[in-house]
Amino acid sequence: MRKFKENLSGRIFFILALSSISALALITVFIFIKGVPFIAEVGLFNFLFGSSWAPDHGEYGILPMIAGTFIVTFGAALIGIPIALCCAVFLAEIAPAWLRNLFRPAIQLLAGIPSVVYGFWGLVFIVPFIMNHFGGPGVGILAASIILGIMILPTVISISEVSILALPRQYKEGALALGLTHWQTIRSVILPSAKSGIVAAVILGIGRAVGETMAVIMIVGNAPAMPRSILDPVRTLTTNIGLEMNYASGLHEKALFATGIVLFIIIMILNASAQYFTRKRSF
Amino acid sequence: MKIEIQNLNVYYGEKQVIQDLSLQIPRNEILSIIGPANSGVTTLLRSLNRLVDLTPGCRVEGSILLDGESIFDEEVSVTELRRKVGMVFEIPAPLPMSIFDNIAYGPRLKGTKNRQKLMDVAEESLRLAALWDETKDRLKMPAFKLSGGQQQRLCIARVLALRPEVIMLDRSCSGLDPISTAKIEDSLVQLKKQFTVVLAPHNVQQAGRVSDRVAFMLMGKLIEDGKNSEVFSSPKDQRTNDYITGRFG
Repeated sequence: MRKFKENLSGRIFFILALSSISALALITVFIFIKGVPFIAEVGLFNFLFGSSWAPDHGEYGILPMIAGTFIVTFGAALIGIPIALCCAVFLAEIAPAWLRNLFRPAIQLLAGIPSVVYGFWGLVFIVPFIMNHFGGPGVGILAASIILGIMILPTVISISEVSILALPRQYKEGALALGLTHWQTIRSVILPSAKSGIVAAVILGIGRAVGETMAVIMIVGNAPAMPRSILDPVRTLTTNIGLEMNYASGLHEKALFATGIVLFIIIMILNASAQYFTRKRSF
Repeated sequence: MKIEIQNLNVYYGEKQVIQDLSLQIPRNEILSIIGPANSGVTTLLRSLNRLVDLTPGCRVEGSILLDGESIFDEEVSVTELRRKVGMVFEIPAPLPMSIFDNIAYGPRLKGTKNRQKLMDVAEESLRLAALWDETKDRLKMPAFKLSGGQQQRLCIARVLALRPEVIMLDRSCSGLDPISTAKIEDSLVQLKKQFTVVLAPHNVQQAGRVSDRVAFMLMGKLIEDGKNSEVFSSPKDQRTNDYITGRFG
């Protein structure tokens, strides 16, 4: 009887665990079923490297969206990552306890703000600021990069901080006992030792920026064209789906699923490399 | 005397971990500080290079003189002090770089750039730490690929490369196999010709094997100290006797 109960509970846990995996499998299969025939019909090259997106005229090139995604993400990384890493080092190594206890929940709160609020704030605050000081329409690459740069902060900060705190205490004390100053210890022992975790944090942050939709839709301008300056409006892969899914049908709808496939593959690559770096610990 | 400790009191918050401790550490000898867990041995060692400064809420009273000068003086640079009073820990923690760079790191910080000079220092330190023969062909290998015993000897070599005056080992052999331990003990006996060694051995036998003097601590107090032969053959205090004969601890 006891053994039966043990077995039963094991099975129940297994089935419940399986359901989360099967959700992933279902979604994957679904977008591939919808998207792959489209790519076969239009041609992979025309799809990925076509520079014109005009579903009404049967043109389905997503190169501008791929470019938009990469540029906006790059901008977000450029703005967010240095801030996040300094913040993580500060929290893990420099800040006194009371300040840390103030900062940590605040950063977690930053992760809890709904993305539509970020977008809204960007629209009423960042966009007019850019329009007045740099010219252009305001909405576009710069605005989206700034907002995404802020949005990836919590991810990058908390994961890098955890990986710094996970270092054995002996690393730090060994270095200090060698007569290194605190700063030398941070630079030459702590950061290199926590490198794999920090790289994983950066990759996950980038993944978050690539996948973000709502906030980006509101401030990126959504023009499906190749940008010429960082003030130009662009469209990203996510917003391409978000904008048109309401009214798309037929081939157009399949084109959006195919866009989803591209996005899916980018995210998969990012997550896999984050996994790789997390496992590659040096201690 | 290399180090003179007078009326040392150390507190962690409200808790007093070292009580009114006075101890003289002669130069060019190996002093073993023994005692059961939580006796304050580690705290005493960490006071000597002011690593206790890192512990929040830690307070130190009394005086510690290194060559007659107080290590708590305003003018004393903690960095300088820690280079003079080197420390090896219980768990080896090589820096995340190659074997050679681990040893060259300290000298480089002091301003030694010349590759040949660094190489000489590395060889000398590795020889003293009894690690040269095992590593001379693979100095560029990442240090964490060494075995635990080798890593510990590397940590000793790394401290030696700074040419310290005092070397402290805090239970540095506790996780090591007997062969590595024997090698380290051999090199300690070599080292005392040049340095002063303070050893917190992981067991009483090690103290008996290598040290010239022994100090016994219990509950944050120094119970007695003296020549190795005297303390082990005729301890003055009953508690010392009980501890070294294995009745507690």
